[in-house]
Amino acid sequence: MKTLGQDHTTPAPQAITPRNAGCALDLGWVRSIRVNRAAIDRRAATLPARRSVKGPHQAAWLCKAVACMDLTTLSGDDTAARVRRLCAKARHPVRADLLQALGMEGLQVGAVCVYHEMIGPALEALEGSGIPVAAVSTGFPAGLSPLRLRVAEIEDSVAAGAQEIDIVISRRHVLEGNWEALYDELRLFRAACGAAHMKAILATGELGDLGQVARAALVAMMAGADFIKTSTGKEPVNATLPVGLVMLRCIRAFHERTGQRVGMKPAGGISKAKDAITWLVMVKEDLGDRWLEPDLFRFGASSLLGDIERQLEHHVTGAYSAGWRHGLA
Amino acid sequence: MTVRELYQTMPYGNAPESAAEALTWLVDQGDRFGLFIDGAFTEPGNGIEAITPATGEVLASLTVATAQDVDAAVAAARRASADWAALGGHGRARYLYALARLLQKHARLFAVLETLDNGKPIREARDIDIPLAQRHFYHHAGLAQLMQANCPERAPIGVCGQIIPWNFPLLMLAWKVAPALAAGNTVVLTPAEWTSLSALLFADICQQAGLPKGVLNIVTGGADVGALITAHPGINKIAFTGSTATGRRIREVTAGSGKALSLELGGKSAYLVFDDADLDSAVEGLVDAIWFNQGEVCCAGSRLLVQENVADQLLEKIRRRMEKLRVGDPLDKNTDIGAMIHPVQRDRVAAMIAASGGEVFSPGAVPEGCYHAPTLITGLAPSDPLMQDEIFGPVLVSTTFRTVDEAVQLANNTRYGLAASVWSETIGRALDVAQRLDAGVVWVNGANMFDAAAPFGGIRESGFGREGGWDGFLDYTQPNVSGVALTPIEAFPGNGDSRAAPDPTIDRTGKLYIGGKQMRPDGGYSRPVHDGAGGLLGHAPLAGRKDGRNAVEAARAASGWSRSSGHGRAQILYFMAENLSARANDFASLVNDLTGTTRGTAEVETSISRLFTWAAWADKAAGRAVDVPQASMALALREPVGVIGAICSDEAPLLGLVSVLGPILAMGNRAVLVASEAFPMAALEFVQILETSDIPAGVVNLLTGCHADLAPTLARHADLDALWCFSSTDLSGRIETDSATNLKRTWVNNARARDWFGPQGEARDFLEQATRIKTVWLPYGA
Repeated sequence: MKTLGQDHTTPAPQAITPRNAGCALDLGWVRSIRVNRAAIDRRAATLPARRSVKGPHQAAWLCKAVACMDLTTLSGDDTAARVRRLCAKARHPVRADLLQALGMEGLQVGAVCVYHEMIGPALEALEGSGIPVAAVSTGFPAGLSPLRLRVAEIEDSVAAGAQEIDIVISRRHVLEGNWEALYDELRLFRAACGAAHMKAILATGELGDLGQVARAALVAMMAGADFIKTSTGKEPVNATLPVGLVMLRCIRAFHERTGQRVGMKPAGGISKAKDAITWLVMVKEDLGDRWLEPDLFRFGASSLLGDIERQLEHHVTGAYSAGWRHGLA
Repeated sequence: MTVRELYQTMPYGNAPESAAEALTWLVDQGDRFGLFIDGAFTEPGNGIEAITPATGEVLASLTVATAQDVDAAVAAARRASADWAALGGHGRARYLYALARLLQKHARLFAVLETLDNGKPIREARDIDIPLAQRHFYHHAGLAQLMQANCPERAPIGVCGQIIPWNFPLLMLAWKVAPALAAGNTVVLTPAEWTSLSALLFADICQQAGLPKGVLNIVTGGADVGALITAHPGINKIAFTGSTATGRRIREVTAGSGKALSLELGGKSAYLVFDDADLDSAVEGLVDAIWFNQGEVCCAGSRLLVQENVADQLLEKIRRRMEKLRVGDPLDKNTDIGAMIHPVQRDRVAAMIAASGGEVFSPGAVPEGCYHAPTLITGLAPSDPLMQDEIFGPVLVSTTFRTVDEAVQLANNTRYGLAASVWSETIGRALDVAQRLDAGVVWVNGANMFDAAAPFGGIRESGFGREGGWDGFLDYTQPNVSGVALTPIEAFPGNGDSRAAPDPTIDRTGKLYIGGKQMRPDGGYSRPVHDGAGGLLGHAPLAGRKDGRNAVEAARAASGWSRSSGHGRAQILYFMAENLSARANDFASLVNDLTGTTRGTAEVETSISRLFTWAAWADKAAGRAVDVPQASMALALREPVGVIGAICSDEAPLLGLVSVLGPILAMGNRAVLVASEAFPMAALEFVQILETSDIPAGVVNLLTGCHADLAPTLARHADLDALWCFSSTDLSGRIETDSATNLKRTWVNNARARDWFGPQGEARDFLEQATRIKTVWLPYGA
């Protein structure tokens, strides 16, 4: 019998989780969803105080956050050179001497996430690293371009070599309660992705309430999303803990009912090392250790890495660090 | 382990809070504590040991107070009493504010010390116990400040003896000390034998705050010291939180002493989960309900009632969640369940589980030491002892229900009535269930939410009295006028002439009024009633035990009255006034004849006015919203007590009756009234008013007879919710003693007279005694 109150962990299997095949749209399940906002808020508010990760454990957890990071640039002024810089950072996210001191040589980020036009430069810059390139797609961030073009955009990105496609859902289908339309659209997207993994961005900040977030998450998983992702980073409210908790519970329910594991990607607004640890705690508590691997969990972040680097240097040296001591992306 | 190994396995590791500061504080105190009496610590005396339950190590030695010590503490409190009361609300508010500030300044020291002494997880001490204690002093600083403006007719009670439990040592101290001091009382407090340290640290900050000496005295030592306080003649009020068994003994010991009493006792709080609930959140709520503070919580949601159609799903979710709970070192910030208070408690809980007939689930073993694993017991029936008895450990028991009505029925099927949780996403259902639950606190979609502004306390064997808010504060006050001594009023003897009247009309037979019918007494006896000159006025039936029983039964059945609207009840009270007015002259001359006075007209007119008063209140005392610092509405609802027995005043045969009947009916209770023993004919005549005023059968039941005979029957009747006594026979002690069997609320006159004709006859106490507060928490969020 295992002993409560001690850590019980087994190393994650090396195998990548099988893809989510989805299932038929189950409207009864979708409509039975109940979400109590006040209780979710209380859980989210107390969670950071319920678990504390210190010392070498904290260093390990922050390294895990790096490994689970989709290093991202999604700006109108992105250039090939800018993307090459980002990819260089993706290969060497943390200063080599620090990684050596931590015994974490070879640590890399989970993926690099760019617009379609930047797939080529990214692939080139990441060659041989094993780091996949993710492309946002389907008329990101609003998703209101013609459906035909959105599907074609996926196909083009896959053809260009993207191994992960971050699609945006049509928020109007959620707001109108048109779950069939949402399901059908996502099925089309999933088919267009082919071998590439599909991350479904729910844009939770535009869905109105947590019940709608849960219903949208469930439909996306039924339609075969490999990941569900909170936000584009362009909505006024991004990855909050309550939203994350609701989505994690949906992933758990989907796994319990179908046996299929779907990944989680919070994106936008996570910029502090402490926030990253809180997210990892929430994943460990509500989903379990299996989800603490880059095949099932990613942070979408651009400034988070800087804070993690400073914290890791603090762990190594015992002195507080400064931003200029770490290479820019 | 290396970082890389940790990276691969992702454990939390340990995150111990340092005990250094707290241990240093103990060393600075010499590791030995005296008693805190009259503003200073006494020399440490014969000791007991303060032990940290997590390791069994000794933290310090404590003094066991002797009878002389308790005398000295009470005497110090008495000396301090007048000046403290005279300091005024603002003066006291300054001290309470200072104490709140000091609690905040030393927050971590208090938290660590509490965890060391009690074994609770540091997270809970740090994030729940200590902040709530601070909040309590801030809130009560405000109540002190506003006392004069808000309740000018109230005065402090005097010296309060306070006995607190070991599960929330500092928080329970705050719940007791803050309102007592705010209202102008002085205090002798005894912490629990196992957990005295935070109280002693509090004494330290009282010195820092410059609290006048003697205002708060802390005497350690355990149950014997509690007993000395309970029995001490120099104490005016006892406030106790702890077990129902001890509460019962305190009720017996204090009976007849005139001491005010509030009891916050055990519980077996229902946790209702309906099929339309957010089940995941309901599971998380259970963690806060039953695995908070090792389940050593009087209001723990320990009795899970789940709708059949989601039971399997919910129970599986609970089991999964239990596997994530971390049991161990209380100082570790990652600990969810710390050490039980004492091996005795751990073993007691284990023995209760071992005797259970249900299916016992526990997710794993626990570390060596004073730990108990979280436990879920399923498949129990309501009749199983574990569904009825308080376990006071991390043990959840459960059963299922089919319908809303059955859920309410099962939830209310308990000797206790402290708290309950209702989980449903349908607001109409949740509110309906909340108002039908017999409990002092109801959390809708939540558990164990507390605040200083929100009254907390129970019904039935969970005790009486409230802590928090104005309602709790009032329990530390009394009316600022007290009555003169009441001498027994004897019935007039007859002159030997057994003829009814000089000019006999048709004989009238006064009867008991039970269940809407005039009934002969079960015993078949009546007694003659004479006027002042000894002339026979008629015969009054002598009610006995069975008549009392029948009256309570009829009143219990008339439950519709308690659900009727205040407006409707007002109409009936006005109608009674109207009918009484129509027969004013008859009643006036009857009262004159009965009492041998000329007060008759005044009694009738005041009675009519009094009925108007309570008709007026009927739709104006539903309760209030409470301002709590959470995303929640909180309502302190005034509910009817239920069935109230009242032994009416002897001296004012009509007005005394009407003055108790008015508030009882207005607030939605059903009444079992025992009329003036000396002058019963007014009540018998009043039956005619009742019969013509549209009062539903059973709502009012009227007995005549011997107060001393009927009082024990009523006091010991388990289905009578409260008993009031204004008899001129001194029955106060007898009633309070007898009520210990069922812990009903009692309100007795302690042989003091009440001016029925003046404001005292319709004082605020009537409204308070005719209602009970139910605090309903309604957390919101879209």
